[in-house]
Amino acid sequence: MSIWEYANPVKFMRTSGAVLPWVAAAAAVSLPAGLLWGWLTPEDYKQGATVKIMFLHVPAAMMAINIWVMMLVASLIWLVRRHHVSALAARAAAPIGAVMTLVALVTGAVWGQPMWGTWWEWDPRLTSFLILFLFYLGYMALWGAVENPDSAADLTGVLCLVGSVFALLSRYAVNFWNQGLHQGASLSIAPGERMSAVYKYPLYLCMAGFFLLFLTLLLLRTRTEIRRRRTAALLAREVRA
Amino acid sequence: MIALLMRDLRLATRAGGGFGLGLAFFLIVCTLVPFGVGPQGGTLALIAPGILWVGALLACLLSLDRIFALDWEDGSLDLLATAPLPLEGAVLVKAAAHWITTGLPLVAAAPVFGILLHLPGAAQPWLVAALALGTPALSMLGAFGAALTVGLRRGGLLMSLLVLPLYVPTLIFGAEAVRRGAAGGDGTTPLVLLAGITMAVLAAIPFAAAGALRVNLR
Repeated sequence: MSIWEYANPVKFMRTSGAVLPWVAAAAAVSLPAGLLWGWLTPEDYKQGATVKIMFLHVPAAMMAINIWVMMLVASLIWLVRRHHVSALAARAAAPIGAVMTLVALVTGAVWGQPMWGTWWEWDPRLTSFLILFLFYLGYMALWGAVENPDSAADLTGVLCLVGSVFALLSRYAVNFWNQGLHQGASLSIAPGERMSAVYKYPLYLCMAGFFLLFLTLLLLRTRTEIRRRRTAALLAREVRA
Repeated sequence: MIALLMRDLRLATRAGGGFGLGLAFFLIVCTLVPFGVGPQGGTLALIAPGILWVGALLACLLSLDRIFALDWEDGSLDLLATAPLPLEGAVLVKAAAHWITTGLPLVAAAPVFGILLHLPGAAQPWLVAALALGTPALSMLGAFGAALTVGLRRGGLLMSLLVLPLYVPTLIFGAEAVRRGAAGGDGTTPLVLLAGITMAVLAAIPFAAAGALRVNLR
């Protein structure tokens, strides 16, 4: 039994159909719980209540990047092994990633206004997130523009590969161009500046909640795409007959 | 390859080829900016590196769809794909032709536009060097965008959306080199990084662009 068996759409539909309710339920429990726990944390001595934006901002930003990585892996699998489920999963993930990026940008702006005194600053992290958002938009636009589904999958796959390199390049190039206001990594394994446990555990729960939410939406959207593909094939057969 | 290059150059320079349009567009951008921000020399000198680079970028973008669209329409792209010359080579040559007809004139004319925008004299060599090193990458990335969208009826706007984010690193390093030059500093570091990006793009992107073309020709 290998993971490649899930490349078979029937097998994927059966397994994902069985898993989906559980994942959805886990997301429905963990996300509100994490956010509520975050809401109930004490106020930060310096930032006051605004620190609680973190419980939306950090998981959304984390997912925004990881969804792109997931799309990259899925595109690679499609380009190398031609498994349709993989291409459809990459397609299904893109709008979720774009929304996560937007959430991170908007919550960041709302947080930045009281803390930095500005809604927007051309800071490296902020700028690279904006660029990531543009990449998501271009990727989705290309999927929408190409009619032949296999060609669309190929072209967006290539775009995803090239885009990943350039997104990464931009991420470090903007460091060169402007030094930022944004802090470094919020969670780090290295000792030193660490987050207090009061904030850390709710944050972990929120991250898990966002991840489960993504998984739910991804499975749901991929299943929809497979079904849409199937109805298109059925209709085409009908026309031919 | 040389025959293909000469063919593309001839097509671009003869009537209706649009040679010089990019340059004219660049001139218009540089003329309009002072109307927008006011004629004060100090302000213009401050923003000149950025304006010149963004202008060059847009001028390059303007003519990108010509790289493959005409050949796609009359079928010569199919011939190129079946020719003994690898498609990667053809893509490289077509990007080179695009660069010679739009990038190179921009590089040559940049000092004049720099004067128009009150760019300090010390920055002029940096501007020319940065444009000379950066515009090949713009043409090559543009060829990739054009290859992705060649089969689409209204690919132009989509291509801008795909290509412009790819231009970010080139723009950052190119404008930074000129800005450092304008401040009387040394722009070598961004210039070297810019050259590195251009080299990497020229080495790797032809494969991606040729792959996209093959998909579109399928």
